Amino acid sequence: MCSQKNREHSPYFSHGDLDNTVTLKELVKRFGDFTAVNRISLDVKKGEIFGFLGPNGAGKSTTIRMLCGILRPSGGSGTVAGFDIVTDAEQIKEHIGYMSQKFSLYEDLTVEENIDFYSGIYKIPAEKKQPRKEWVIAMAGLAEHRASLTATLSGGWKQRLALGCAILHEPPIIFLDEPTSGVDPISRRNFWDLIYRLAADGITVFVTTHYMDEAEYCDRLGFIYRGELIALGTPEELKTRHMAEEIVEVLCERPQDAMEIIEELPGIRHAALFGRGLHVVAERAVEAIPAITARLATAGFQAPQPERIVPSLEDVFVSLIETKDREAAPQQEFER
Amino acid sequence: MFERLKTMLVKEFTQLLRDPKMRFITFGVPVFQILIFGYAVNTDVKHIATAVCDLDNSVRSRELADRLQQSGYFDIVRRVGDQREVREIIDRGQAKAVVQINHGFEDAIRGGKRAPLQIIVDGTDPNTARIVLAYAVTIAGRFSDQILVERQIRSSGIIRPTGMVELESRAWFNENLESRNYYVPGVMAQMVLIVTMMLSSMSVVREKEIGTMEQIVVTPIRRWEFILGKTVPFAVIGYINVAIVTLVAAFWFDIPFRGNLIFLFVATGLYLLSTLGFGLFISTVSRTQQQAMMSSFMFTFPAMLLSGFAFPISNMPQPVQYATYLNPLRYYLYIIRGVFLKGVGAAVLWPELVGLLVLGAIILPFAVRRFRKTLA
Repeated sequence: MCSQKNREHSPYFSHGDLDNTVTLKELVKRFGDFTAVNRISLDVKKGEIFGFLGPNGAGKSTTIRMLCGILRPSGGSGTVAGFDIVTDAEQIKEHIGYMSQKFSLYEDLTVEENIDFYSGIYKIPAEKKQPRKEWVIAMAGLAEHRASLTATLSGGWKQRLALGCAILHEPPIIFLDEPTSGVDPISRRNFWDLIYRLAADGITVFVTTHYMDEAEYCDRLGFIYRGELIALGTPEELKTRHMAEEIVEVLCERPQDAMEIIEELPGIRHAALFGRGLHVVAERAVEAIPAITARLATAGFQAPQPERIVPSLEDVFVSLIETKDREAAPQQEFER
Repeated sequence: MFERLKTMLVKEFTQLLRDPKMRFITFGVPVFQILIFGYAVNTDVKHIATAVCDLDNSVRSRELADRLQQSGYFDIVRRVGDQREVREIIDRGQAKAVVQINHGFEDAIRGGKRAPLQIIVDGTDPNTARIVLAYAVTIAGRFSDQILVERQIRSSGIIRPTGMVELESRAWFNENLESRNYYVPGVMAQMVLIVTMMLSSMSVVREKEIGTMEQIVVTPIRRWEFILGKTVPFAVIGYINVAIVTLVAAFWFDIPFRGNLIFLFVATGLYLLSTLGFGLFISTVSRTQQQAMMSSFMFTFPAMLLSGFAFPISNMPQPVQYATYLNPLRYYLYIIRGVFLKGVGAAVLWPELVGLLVLGAIILPFAVRRFRKTLA
C-alpha cells in the first residue's frame, strides 16, 4: 500500500492495481428480498471509456452508487481509484467525479457561483481556482453566460456545466449516469466529443446509457440485465462473439406480414422490424437464407435475396436478453 | 479547515437573499407580526358597547348611567325603556352589556334600603365578560360609597371618619397593564421558531427534492460541514429577527426593555439549539418541502398554544402542564418577558436556561444522528 501523502498529491495516481481504476468482484446489492445487483465482477482500465448498458431498472444506477461510495454493498468487494468501496468510501469521493441523469446544480445560482461552490467543496487550491474555473467555462462554451442564472441555460449547456463541475478537481475517474438523457442529438454529439477529450487526457470514464448508438462510442461495454452482467467486451467482440445466432436481413414489402410467416420456419429464433425490413435471428444463416427465399416466394412476396449481416449492438442486446429470459423462465417455474 | 463550511454559507446566503419570498419571510414577516400584536390584537377591555334600560328615570339613575359612561370602560350606545328589548340587543350583538335600573331605584336609596341594580353581560367571550363585570362592581361600589358619604354630610354636616378599607393597587413591570407589552416581545419567540425550524428543514429538503442532494453526497463534504452550512444561516436570521423585534418593540411601541441585551442573545442561542434540532429532525422525516412545512406547522401550533404565549400555563390541567416542560418555547417566552419587563437575568432565569440547554442537548444530537442515515 502506498502512503496517504502520495495518494493525495497525484490526482491520476492509482495504487494497488496499476492498470485498473475500477475492479469489482462478485458485487451484490440486495434491498430486502430484491437483488438489484447480483454478483457483478469487472475491471475498468485506466483511460478507458467503459459503457454500462442495460434497460431501466437493471441495476446500472445501483452499481454506480456503490462505486461512488454512497451505497454500501451487501456483498462482494471492489476498489475505485485504488480505494476500497466499503472501507474507504470517503476517500473515493475525493477522487471521482459524478454526474447524474438529473441536472443537479443550483438553478438559482449563476454559472460562476455554481463553479465557485464546487470549487470550495472540493477544496481546490487557491492558485488553481481561477484557471480551473476558466477551463470549465471555456469547455462548456459559457463565456457569455458566466453571470447568468443557471435556470436560464438550455439543456446542452446545463449538461456541460454539470460535467465541468464534476471534474473541477481533476479526478482520475468520472461516473456518468445516463448523462445524455433528455438532451438533443447535437448536444449529445458535442458531449461525447468532450468525453473523448477527457479519455485522451487519461481520465477513466464510466458511463451508463440505454442509447445503443452511444454504446458504439465506448471502448468496452458491459451488458447488465436483471442485476446480472450478461456480457462484457469491446463493441466488436460483442457483435462477433457474444451471439450464438446469426442475423439475416430481409428487405420486402409488408414486413409485418412477412415477419409472421418467417417466424414459423424451423431454425428461426425470431424476427424483428428494423427500418424498412426485418432482422431475422437464425441458428444458421446458410440454411435460413434459402428457406426464407423459398417461403416468401410461395407466399407471393417480391423480395431480393436475404443477406447475412453483422449484428448491431441492439441485435446482440435483444438476443442476449431473450436467451437470458429463456434460461430464467423454466427456473422460475421450478422455484414456484 | 473551514473552507467547505465557508463555501456552504456563501451559497446558502446567496440563495436566501436572492429569493424575494425568502427576503419577505426573513425581514417582512417579523415586522408584520409585531404590528399585528402591537396594534390589532389587544386583550385590553375598554369602551364596551353598553345599553341602559332605565325604568326608574330619576336623578339617581341618570347619575349612575353617567358614571358608567365617564369611567371610559362603558360606552352607552342605546337607551331603552322596555325590558323586552334587552334580549334582542344582546342577541344582535348591539351591546355587550346591558345595565338595568328598576323602577323605585331612587326611592330605595332615599329610604335607606337596598337598591338593586342589574347588569347582564354577553358571556360568549368569558374573559371579556369577567372583566366587564369587575368594572361594573367597582363602579357600583364607588357609587354606593358616595351615597354613604353624602348621607353623612346631610345628617351631621361633617365627614366622620369611618373605618373603610382602601385598596391601593400597583401593577409592577407593566404599570398600565397594557397587553401589547405582554405580547409584542413574545413575537420574537414565535418568529425564531418559525424561521429556524421551518426554513432550515425546508432548505435541506429542497436539496433532496430538486436533486442537488444527489450531487452533494458524492462530494467529499463532511456531514458536520453540511449540517452547519444549513443551520448557521438560519441561526443568523433568527438573531436578526430578535434584533428587529427588540428595536421595533422598544423604539416604536415604547415597550420597556429593562434587562440585559447580551443575556437575551445568550438565551436565544440556547433556544436555537432546540429549534434547529427540531428543524433538522423534520428534514430527516420529510421528502418534500410541503411535508416539511406541514410538519413544522404541526409542531408550531401546539408549541404556541402550550407556551403561555396567550393562555397561562398555570390554568392548564396538571398533565398538560408537565408536557409543557418539553416545549422550548415555554422557557424562552418566560425569559423574554423576564428580560423585557422585569429586567431580571440569569440569577432568576437560570432554571429556564437549564431547561433550554437540556432540551437542546437531547434533540440536536438525536437529529444529527438521524441525519446521517438519510444522507446515505
